[in-house]
Parts: sequence; structure tokens; C-alpha cells
Amino acid sequence: MENKLPAVEISLNECKGCALCIESCPQTVLSLSAPFNKLGYQYAIYAGSGCTGCDACYYACPEPGAITIIKQKKVKM
Amino acid sequence: MEKMETVVKGKPEALCATFDRKEGSDKQTTHYCPGCGHGRVHKLIAEALSDMGLGDKTVFISPVGCSVFAYYYMNTGNVQAPHGRAPAVATGVSRANPNSIVISYQGDGDLAAIGTAEILHAANRGEHLSVFFINNAIYGMTGGQMAPTTLLGQKTQTTPRGRSAMNEGHPIRMAEIIATLEAPIYVERTSCTDTKGIMKTRKAIRKAIKLQSEKKGFTFVEILTACPTGWKKTPSDSIKWIQNELEPYFKPGVYKDVSDKAEPLHRPEMIMDSEEIFKSLGLKKGKTPSSSAAAVEEKRIKIAGFGGQGALTAGVMMATAGMNEGLNVSWIPSYGPEMRGGTANCSVIVSSKRIGNPLVRNPNILIAMNGPSLDAFENDVVQGGTIVVNSSLIERKLSRSDVKAVYVPLTDIAAKVGLKAAANSVALGVFLGLENIFSREGIYEVLKTSLKKKDALEINIKAVNAGFEFAKTL
Repeated sequence: MENKLPAVEISLNECKGCALCIESCPQTVLSLSAPFNKLGYQYAIYAGSGCTGCDACYYACPEPGAITIIKQKKVKM
Repeated sequence: MEKMETVVKGKPEALCATFDRKEGSDKQTTHYCPGCGHGRVHKLIAEALSDMGLGDKTVFISPVGCSVFAYYYMNTGNVQAPHGRAPAVATGVSRANPNSIVISYQGDGDLAAIGTAEILHAANRGEHLSVFFINNAIYGMTGGQMAPTTLLGQKTQTTPRGRSAMNEGHPIRMAEIIATLEAPIYVERTSCTDTKGIMKTRKAIRKAIKLQSEKKGFTFVEILTACPTGWKKTPSDSIKWIQNELEPYFKPGVYKDVSDKAEPLHRPEMIMDSEEIFKSLGLKKGKTPSSSAAAVEEKRIKIAGFGGQGALTAGVMMATAGMNEGLNVSWIPSYGPEMRGGTANCSVIVSSKRIGNPLVRNPNILIAMNGPSLDAFENDVVQGGTIVVNSSLIERKLSRSDVKAVYVPLTDIAAKVGLKAAANSVALGVFLGLENIFSREGIYEVLKTSLKKKDALEINIKAVNAGFEFAKTL
């Protein structure tokens, strides 16, 4: 798990499929699903690797809770 | 030593974890359309508040427009304002709670059309507010009508052939207008489009909120955002349309920034202590016990005259004296647009019991200070009522015989004590002489609070006494 960070998590049923995150991603690791979610939209999915934790998709997303970025940060002890 | 720690960047604290205030079964997502600019800006504001630890002291004023429901989402204090009035409501909140962070969040229809007056004056007063102006060049909520910021040529529901300067005028640039004012300390326009634009918007929002937290004054950030539904475009095309069409006309940039030089502005502390407020207004707290043992039957009084005769003032004095005696009172003026020369009258009710309707249609006492007043109200007086006629100015006698007629040369008596304009005080004295409701001392007390000049006070007291004596001779 740890070596897969940074990663982006997309809340399946909060995504409205506007695809602005996909356009914002410099690594092109996001894409639109074929199936529809509960709201009736195709939703953004993460390829599973390649995320650099740049936060671009987080800020591009108009749905406040849909995207979560998980990354590791150096902290001084 | 350094250690790696996992950081989770999700929904900021200043947004509700679940939108419990929202109607319907879906408490997780906003009501905004896919690709809407509101969600992005909500998130940026919430992130700034959370990072600065200001969420708990923030009051978010939502406007009318799609973001009318911002209180579903913002985990802050919230007030929803009438259309265009967010800066006025925000002013009240900010003045009453000087330590709060007040955010006025408004769209272009709200801020630049119906609310133009409110935003200009709140900005001009330099209120401690952060205004976030969401400009998407259209009325989104109502279905895509032309807004003040709609571009020339832009097709909307109400400009199906495109907005024309000839017919609808030019789009209004609000950031530029606000920047011309003296008081605002920071005015910027940003464009919430690609990552670069979003980051500039983020920076501007954080700066505005930080300046407010430092009490530096009025900040205004105009944000160009997408309305894919109103524009009938995909979210992706909407972003391009902002960049290609909106930005050339509404140029992003800092229009005013004197925040470096701005000193924290502290308004005088408000008196929030009720004892102090009562004291400064010269009022006694609580219900004053009635000094007269006898219950006062409801007196419905109408005082009428020409503007400048003091009919309204006499009514106020009567009501105030009654209030000081612990009676229930009401006073309603009625006058024309003229300051002098028109007719004026007031309805006064004095009673031991609670007063229902404060309007006097059928008085039991009419004080007619000039001819037209008598003509107008003589027939309204109830049978057995009293009419005081200012016989100095009214030559005719009453045409009714079922009322008590009291002819008093009010103006002449006033002239005799030294001031013709004190005819209203004479009328008060006559009233006291006829209706033994409250003491003359009560009226003196009221005169003292309204007349600061000693000479004027003395003359008016003399006038009251002269009227009182006259009534006693009847």
C-alpha cells in the first residue's frame, strides 16, 4: 500500500462526470468510467498508479467531497 | 530526524461532512450542476477558513441565485439575504460582531443588478467584509437570462439574438468600479479555469480572508466561473469559453491593493449592555407603574393642523408623557410630502388597557389647529366627543351639536406668552385641563428632554400652563 502513494481517491457516488479533473491531470492517470453511478453519471476513475500528488484534480473538481488526495509528507521529528 | 507521514487532503472542515441541512435523500453531493463554478469556489473558501482556523467565527452570507443554498454546505454561521442585499446584511453582522469573519458571496445578477447600491455603499464605507463575486455572465438559477455582465453578442433566454449595446447596454466591470472607491483595500479579478487560474483564485481568496482577519477593511474578489448549463456548453468547453471570451473583456488582475499600507481599523465599541442603552436614551427599564389610581378609559385623540404648527410634536409629547405615567400609548403621524404648509395630523391613543389598532378614525378628542383640519375631521368625531377649535385661526363655529365644543384662541395665547409657534404647547395644556389623565409635571419632563434651550423651555412651560388655566375657566 505504502509504495502506491501518492494516490487519488474518487468517491464513486459523488462524481457528476464533468471530467474537469481528467483535463486537469498532468499525468493523464484519470479517465471516465463506462458504467454509471447512482446519480446517473459516468464517473472519474484513477488508473491506480502514476499520481504525483500535485492536487490539480482536487482543485479542479467542483464537487467538494468527491476527490481525496493521499500522500506522504516529510515531517521533522 | 525526519519521518514520513500520510496526509489526507479531502473535504475541508469548513464544509459540512454530510449536508444534513439539504433536502431530499442525497446528503452527500451539492445541488450544483456538473462543472459548476460554485463548488470549486466553496471549496477554496472553506479550505482557507479551515487552514486559518477561522471556520467557527465565520458568518457566510448567501445571496439569491444558485448559491442561495450555500448554507447547506458551509460549516459556518449562515444568513441568507434577500436578493442583492447580502452586503447590507453582512454590514449588520459585521458591525454587531466585530470579531467575526463575514463573507458576502454573490453572483452577477445579485451583486451587479439588483444589489448595485448595496455593494457600492458597503465598499465605500470600507466595511470589514470579504466579498466574493461569482461572475458567470448569466442568470443561472432562473434559467439563463441576460445578466449585467453578459457579453455583447452573447445569446441568452432574454437576448436570443445576442446582447446588443444599443438595446441592453454594455457589460459592467464591477472590479474596476469598486477599485475606483477610496475605502476598499484589495480588489482583484481572477479566473477559475485551469490549474493556473484556480491557484490564482485560491491565493486571492486566502489574501482577502487574511486581510479581514487582520481588520484591515473591505476586500473584493471577482471570480470568473463557468455555468455550463446556462451557457449550454460542456464543462470543458465552458472553461475554454471563459478563457477565450470572458477574460479578454473581464481582464484578470489586481485592480487595487493598498493592503500593505492599510492600518487595522477599529470602530468604536458598540454598547451591547441594555442598562447603558436605557441610560443613554433616558429611559426607565421595565414597566412603569401607573401613578393615577383611576383607570384611564381609552382616549382616541387626533391632532391636526398645517405643517409647522407642531401638531405631530404635540402628539409625541402626549404619548411620551402617557408612557412615562405607565400607560399604554400609540402615536402615528400622517402628513404630505411638504415640510411646511401642507396639512399634518397624528393619531394618539392613551389607555390603561392594551391598544389594538393604533390608527384613530373616530376620535373622541379632536384638536383642530386650522380651518381645513376642522373641515376634514369634524364629522369623524364620535357622538359626545370633544372638539378643541383654534379660534385664533378658525372663524366658524361647529356644525354639530352632539359634541362638546371648546373654542380656544391657541395661537393668540401662544403669542401672549412670547412665541406663536408654541400654540401646540397651549393645546397640550388645554388637553390636560379637560382630561385629567396625567400631571402637568409629566409634560414638563417631556419638554425638558426635547427642548435643550432654556428660553424655549420656559416659554413652552408657560404656554402649557396658559392652556391649562384657560381650560379650567370653561
